[in-house]
Amino acid sequence: MNVYDVIVIGGGVVGTAVLRSLAAYKAKVLLLEKSSDVACGSSRANSGIVHAGYDAESGTKKAYFNVKGAAMFPSLTAELDVPYQKVGSLVAARKEGLSALEVLRDRGVRNGVKVEILGRDAVRALEPNIADDIEYALYAPEAGVVSPYQLTIAFADHAVTNGAEVRLEEKVIALSKEGALFSVRTEKEVYAARFVVNAAGAGAAEVNALIGEEPYQETHAVGDYYILDHKEAGVVRTVVFPLPDERGKGILVAPTADGNVILGPTSRKVPHEEAERNAVTAEGLLAVREGAARLMKGVNVRSAIRVYAGTRTAVGGDFIIEESAKVPGFYMLLGICSPGLTSAPAIGEYVAEEAAKKLSLEKKEKMIPLPKAFRFRESSAEEIAAKAKEDPAFGRIVCRCEKVTEGEIVRAVHSPVPAKTVDAVKRRVRAGMGRCQGGFCQPRVMEILSRELGIPMTAVRKGDAGSEIAPYEVKDGYETL
Amino acid sequence: METTCIMCPMGCALTIEEQDGVVKVRGNTCPRGEKYGVNEYVDPKRMVTTLLKVKGGGVLSVKTSEPFRKAQVSAVLQAAAKVLLDRSYKAGEVVVKDVAGSGVDLIATADLIFGEKA
Amino acid sequence: MKHFDVVIIGGGPAGMAAALGAREEGASVAILERDVRLGGILNQCIHNGFGLHYFGEELTGPEYAARFREKVLADRGVTVYLEAMVLSLTEERNVTAVSPTQGFIELSAGSIVLAMGCRERSAGAIGLMGTRPAGIYTAGMAQRLSNVGGFLVGKEAVILGSGDIGLIMARRMTSEGAKVKLVMEIMPFSSGLKRNIVQCLQDYDIPLRYSTTVTRVTGKERLTGVYIAPVDEKLQPILEKEEYVPCDTLLLSVGLIPENDLLTGMDVEMSPVTAGAVVDEYRQTSVSGIFSAGNVLHVHDLVDNVSEEAFIAGKSAAQYAAGKLSQGECVSVAAGEGVRYVLPQRVHKGEGKVRLYFRVNKVYRGKSVVVRSGDELLKRKKTMVLAPGEMQQIEIEKSLIKGDISVALEE
Repeated sequence: MNVYDVIVIGGGVVGTAVLRSLAAYKAKVLLLEKSSDVACGSSRANSGIVHAGYDAESGTKKAYFNVKGAAMFPSLTAELDVPYQKVGSLVAARKEGLSALEVLRDRGVRNGVKVEILGRDAVRALEPNIADDIEYALYAPEAGVVSPYQLTIAFADHAVTNGAEVRLEEKVIALSKEGALFSVRTEKEVYAARFVVNAAGAGAAEVNALIGEEPYQETHAVGDYYILDHKEAGVVRTVVFPLPDERGKGILVAPTADGNVILGPTSRKVPHEEAERNAVTAEGLLAVREGAARLMKGVNVRSAIRVYAGTRTAVGGDFIIEESAKVPGFYMLLGICSPGLTSAPAIGEYVAEEAAKKLSLEKKEKMIPLPKAFRFRESSAEEIAAKAKEDPAFGRIVCRCEKVTEGEIVRAVHSPVPAKTVDAVKRRVRAGMGRCQGGFCQPRVMEILSRELGIPMTAVRKGDAGSEIAPYEVKDGYETL
Repeated sequence: METTCIMCPMGCALTIEEQDGVVKVRGNTCPRGEKYGVNEYVDPKRMVTTLLKVKGGGVLSVKTSEPFRKAQVSAVLQAAAKVLLDRSYKAGEVVVKDVAGSGVDLIATADLIFGEKA
Repeated sequence: MKHFDVVIIGGGPAGMAAALGAREEGASVAILERDVRLGGILNQCIHNGFGLHYFGEELTGPEYAARFREKVLADRGVTVYLEAMVLSLTEERNVTAVSPTQGFIELSAGSIVLAMGCRERSAGAIGLMGTRPAGIYTAGMAQRLSNVGGFLVGKEAVILGSGDIGLIMARRMTSEGAKVKLVMEIMPFSSGLKRNIVQCLQDYDIPLRYSTTVTRVTGKERLTGVYIAPVDEKLQPILEKEEYVPCDTLLLSVGLIPENDLLTGMDVEMSPVTAGAVVDEYRQTSVSGIFSAGNVLHVHDLVDNVSEEAFIAGKSAAQYAAGKLSQGECVSVAAGEGVRYVLPQRVHKGEGKVRLYFRVNKVYRGKSVVVRSGDELLKRKKTMVLAPGEMQQIEIEKSLIKGDISVALEE
């Protein structure tokens, strides 16, 4: 049996961050993900905000990891070649909201975050389209926006490049510990490990239950979002929040790291079985439109190119980041909801250090960097000409909206964590993320997947098993009309 | 029989009945509608376009050489479903002669180079 | 940088006809086409019904395309760049593109014809509620998979939208082995041709429900069904009357959008109604030397009209490049009562005839189409029925133009 030093369960941003940090050590590490790709749960459908760190109560794990994580983003995203911009954030308030802003500011100061309260004109200098009745805003210049799924994918790719393993479509169904070794059983295999990290996101309580740990009471909230076309990009410059309420940080308006505009989310409590089904609702979208209109002028929802929903799973008020007392070596990462994305890099480092201490792992001298990817849309005429000469596939545009070439798609299919589905390609290179939403390129992407993976077109999937896009040939099982 | 006239955007709802061997059309507003209604009752005809599968993958688009009896559309499509092409065709070439005894042929509407995927 | 008299962006029906129009004037022509062959969307429209007006016979899409393609490819005055995606266009008529065989392409042009066609509105654009499973396609995507690739997207389909593509795909899905349970149309009328309603739906016993829409979809990996509901006068679904239709496929035929993204940042005047450029009778945009034709200018119902329009644009573009396009005083052409838009939106005074194309804003019976110029009546034409789905045309004498023109419906 394969014995691993560490097995990470769950390929979201937290699990992959842990895996990448573990790959910095001389250790045999494996990540198990139930879906067909990493970043398939909450890490795929969230706001993509790098929070500055004034929200969480001082002294909490949320506050600690948020502030520490946010500081890592500029160099981390440059190193991993992930879209990120430090655009700053505003919490916008009306006249009566000043005292609430002061509470946030004071908390920010206690948490060590750069924050200031701006008056009417200063707010407008930063954000010309802010709603007319906004009088004040809490400005946090260190806040930013990041592509959450690209960050997750980059963590995983970087880990694999440095010797870690990622196995997709392997849901953990049994977990036990005998002596010093854990036995981790998936639908396909049994693995042994000295240390197990539960980073299963919305499924983390279930994984806890598998080993007899406390099945924490999770709450799942689904939130609806709008994504607007690139052409609306100028409408908002910073991340604009309303004042937070008991349900969370509220409906925001922000640029995305990829140049779109995002509006949302709502927050609708759902039972466990509804979590990650991520159904968009009409009421939710209405609430998003209304919420956005209260913050900003000129937000044109008619330019929406996509509406979607994402799940956020919480366990009580704070993150649970601790080793199990009952089962030593079983490390629990539960309730990593907002600011989980921001905190992930810091959580990853921390958990890897904990595992390393426990297992006496030695750090590698250095990690192999991820090669910088050629992105057609970011390249100059000279770069494009040179690249197309080297390989004609980099001169063949497949996704015309986002200007993605066949070469980029082929590379994604053969990347360290390979893109095996249309959605996985989309998350890596943005083919199908533009205004036509794959109307033009999807059949072409399918052809490339079919060719590169050596599978029939009828087997090409959108995402997980059962999501074949064109499952039949014409005239298959043709019956009487 | 009831149908919709397709001779113009008006789309008159036609009722067509046979009385003492004479076909009567009601609901039309012009003579073209009457003619259409009678045809649809006595001898409705349709063109069919469809796809023929190619051995090894891919399809060839075909059409019937001319409109044929509507009642035979299903039989023509059934016959087309059983075809598996194993050579190249030029657009305009007859691919299946007298398909399903309908009296019309299936004609290639595009070139097919056998062995080359679309 | 290579120079051509006329550079045409797009090698579909509009681009090919524009090339032939330009060649009639002896211009040197380049076509930039993003696909591996000329013909555009016609290559996947394997049904018949094309060419009745232009060629006087009924052709399938591939056949119609082939007629133009053969002429274009046989003409040594036309340079065709295939798999060439245009990246930028300037008002000075410089074009950059990229292709796998040519790499980075830079062209300068005496004039430009925009012939990029249109794209389909997506599920995102219409704000479809519910989950995000496989099984939801634009009709054109399903059409390409089936007619070019030979793949069927599902076995039990419902279709939202009764435009011609939706109707054609209802028949195609059926004849290729799927069951089409229902076609829905949010409006109280179809924008599709009557012929297609009869021959694509009625012939195959496929029901069509008007004033009905999809309220949400279900299914995690694959679509398992759709909730549908009738809509009120404001097109809002009446949720109390919601019902569930199990299916594995939803096709969307919910509108076409001219593909004018290339013009972003340019000073080309656009029409908010057509989503295409505002043009004169030569199909010249507000930026001189840049012409537009086909579905990128306004969405057509007949390809024959596209060919005719693009031929004019190509010919005029060649004349412009040669400095021979006469451009005198212009009057504006406006849509009056009952008319959604008229094209061209500007006409020059002078000699000869000009044909005005227009669409009405709903179904009208027994109205007269009235064209006025200044205070003068230029034309009055009695009609039986006018439907928004069918583009209308009316011809006027340029010599009679006295002032701004309006096209309206009157009793």
